[in-house]
Amino acid sequence: MTAPIVELSGVSKHFAGIRALEGVDFACKPGSIHAILGENGAGKSTLIKIMAGVLKPDTGEMRLNGHIVTHASPSAAAEAGVVCMFQELSLIPDLSVADNISLARPPRRFGLIDGRAQIARAEELLARVRCEDVDPRAMLRELSLSRRQMVEIAKALGRNPKVLILDEATSALTARDVQTAYDLLGQLKDEGVSSLFISHRMHEVEALCDTLSVFRNGRHIETFAKGAKSDAEIVRLMIGRDVEAKFPAKPAAKAAEPVLKVQNLAWEDRLNGVTLSLGRGEILGIGGLDGQGQKELLLALFGVLKSVTGEVEIGGEKGLPASPVSAKGGKTRIALVPEDRKTEGLMLSLPIADNLVAAAFDKISRGPMINRSLVERVVADGIAALQIKLGSPGDPVSTLSGGNQQKVVISKWLMIAPDVILLNDPTRGIDVGTKQEIYRLMRSLADEGKAILFYSSDYSELIGCSDRVIVMYDGRIIRELTGDQITEQAIVSASLNISDAA
Amino acid sequence: MIRRWIRQNRGFAGALALFAGLFIAYNFLHPRGFSTAVLVQNSNEAVAIAFVAMAQTVPVLMGGLDLSVGAVMTMTSCVASALVSGTPLQIFVGIVLTLASGTAFGLMNGLIVVYGRIQPIIATLATGAIAIGIALLIRPQPGGEVDGDLGWALTNTIWDFADTYGLADGGNAAWLQPFVNIPVPLILLFGTAFLVWLPFKRTVTGRTIYAIGSAEGAAYMSGLPINRAKIAAFTLAGFFASCGGLYLAIQTSSGNADTVQAGAYTLNSIAAVVLGGTALLGGTGGVIASLVGALILRVISFYFRILDIDPLLQPLIEGMVLLAAVSIGAFRTLSVKNRLELFR
Repeated sequence: MTAPIVELSGVSKHFAGIRALEGVDFACKPGSIHAILGENGAGKSTLIKIMAGVLKPDTGEMRLNGHIVTHASPSAAAEAGVVCMFQELSLIPDLSVADNISLARPPRRFGLIDGRAQIARAEELLARVRCEDVDPRAMLRELSLSRRQMVEIAKALGRNPKVLILDEATSALTARDVQTAYDLLGQLKDEGVSSLFISHRMHEVEALCDTLSVFRNGRHIETFAKGAKSDAEIVRLMIGRDVEAKFPAKPAAKAAEPVLKVQNLAWEDRLNGVTLSLGRGEILGIGGLDGQGQKELLLALFGVLKSVTGEVEIGGEKGLPASPVSAKGGKTRIALVPEDRKTEGLMLSLPIADNLVAAAFDKISRGPMINRSLVERVVADGIAALQIKLGSPGDPVSTLSGGNQQKVVISKWLMIAPDVILLNDPTRGIDVGTKQEIYRLMRSLADEGKAILFYSSDYSELIGCSDRVIVMYDGRIIRELTGDQITEQAIVSASLNISDAA
Repeated sequence: MIRRWIRQNRGFAGALALFAGLFIAYNFLHPRGFSTAVLVQNSNEAVAIAFVAMAQTVPVLMGGLDLSVGAVMTMTSCVASALVSGTPLQIFVGIVLTLASGTAFGLMNGLIVVYGRIQPIIATLATGAIAIGIALLIRPQPGGEVDGDLGWALTNTIWDFADTYGLADGGNAAWLQPFVNIPVPLILLFGTAFLVWLPFKRTVTGRTIYAIGSAEGAAYMSGLPINRAKIAAFTLAGFFASCGGLYLAIQTSSGNADTVQAGAYTLNSIAAVVLGGTALLGGTGGVIASLVGALILRVISFYFRILDIDPLLQPLIEGMVLLAAVSIGAFRTLSVKNRLELFR
């Protein structure tokens, strides 16, 4: 039995009277990959923020290699060997990749940053994460989200961690990069580095981790070795009750009146002739590898892109909306739940109530003035309809957990009573419980006659939720699957543009 | 290489091209264009605003704004008018004290912003008034005496500099001949920019200034020295502003606590920063770019002298030209096909 490398005892943390962590004892052994599981709001983020020196615990202490530490800041934590990769990337968009990788402790010559050594170091670290294609001289903002995440991993590696904390660090990665990250964690484990791994993807946890800890409501519930419990048991520990069927039942297929018809939609080099139709009451899933034009398709339908060509008919009217304003205000109203809820979905520092009504000012106004009692009513309705867990509607939306933030985004769009709902990966980075609520919500919206176009990077979601699935490759739809055809194998093979083996 | 540099520094590259075009056309139109006399005169008029623009750039790179730079320039020019005279040693000490007073004022700005947790724009609005107050205490009336030899030597060509102090055979040494026609003010300006800014940019503190302007949260999470960088940015701004003040005093051989002038320099410094291609939100740009931006601003006003324009129309035309110049940078947005990118 080796001594733990990180040990927390009796750690509690409160925010404005709300308990985030309560008397947590937690230990992590050297050379282990340790998963931390829990619903949103279970205290996982608070736990790692304390370890990373971002937050100070109210009570309790933390030991690193047996010594009591009180990290005053992230730099002190990094000094002590605790390196954290946060969900929100800790990268600077206006600096080069090489600058970012050696950000706080660059190689120096005569006291000044040595640019050449820095590039060599970046090349070496990028090679370790198999990203030789990333140019260290490129500006970070020129990279795609998945490349940025790999740069973040390279940056973390460069700090020679003893404890590496990954908070949803693989959520935006492509399948190949995820494998690279797995291999790296394996290597680090052999070198005696411990990794703490937060993920909502169960199969990742299964593949990677040797120890699992479950948190619920700010308490550490149980720690056990992988394989000691079944998936169902783990989920029960996480949510404290049994879960019903994961996906709501699909109705029998029926011919639906099309509300959206698209022909030969093209834009720049990202969309190369997309043709589809979407009926009322239908959930149409979009699959495929990351970056095959799925996001652009949704943005085009919402009127965000300029110079889109092709024929579009929305609710019998020809043409694409000219802007998001006309998309949501037309005869057939369109809503888009965007990819990045923190920048495109929410105004983080504004109150929850203001965010909820942000798309539907016509619903709460009498003439030019906003009517307070109407606001109160629609906000209360919106919160109740999606069971958003919050302190007060006047709190900033940034105080909510990820899943509840996403509910605010969805609820905001439901206020305009949309006919067509475009969802861009709506369950990314949120917990199992909230995911299931969103699945049920999608089905009930479809039953009300709304048309849903739904992109997801999670195949099981596409299979479980969609009436039909289209798979995109290189800006085109290369396969359409219905009913029993929707299988993981069919989606994956279509995504890779290989003929279905089955 | 060059293509990448242009792509990553589009604003600066555009400013350089704009300046070159304007300045060459100006010399063609000028009756004595392309002569040393015109170049010396132009350089002299550009130095103070160029230094103040450089000062403004550093806080702007962090997404802040320093409204005291013009006032610090005025204050230090009054300090210089009282101290920079007498024996060579006294002159040297006077110069050091002048630069130190502006630098210390910048340091105070930085400390107030960081430890007083006050928005830079409002903190420097207040300290700018304080700087003007100090200037008025030193120079209730315009006046003072700055060493005349120094004034002549620093505002003319290298030959005049050597001639004044009897260096290099009074400026006639053979090795000096390729350089004799270069104006000293340009050397002071670019020398300060290259010797102070470029090394500073290559320190972790300098990098942190860019990081704060680009993504302050990420900079903190990465363990960068945020407070130190903020203090350094305002201190450096104070230093550059005092360079401008010192030069102004040497040039006019006097000091003048001119409130209107201080305000105009502050506003023009912001215009020069934008013209040079530095983003007001921070993160991209640099001091050298603002130096070029200040030169553009000055060249525009030179045109009024050679084109026969009613002085009453000058502010109107100046404003329109400035608006047109900064709009060039906005043309980029017309070619953006994904409207969402406009908001990033």
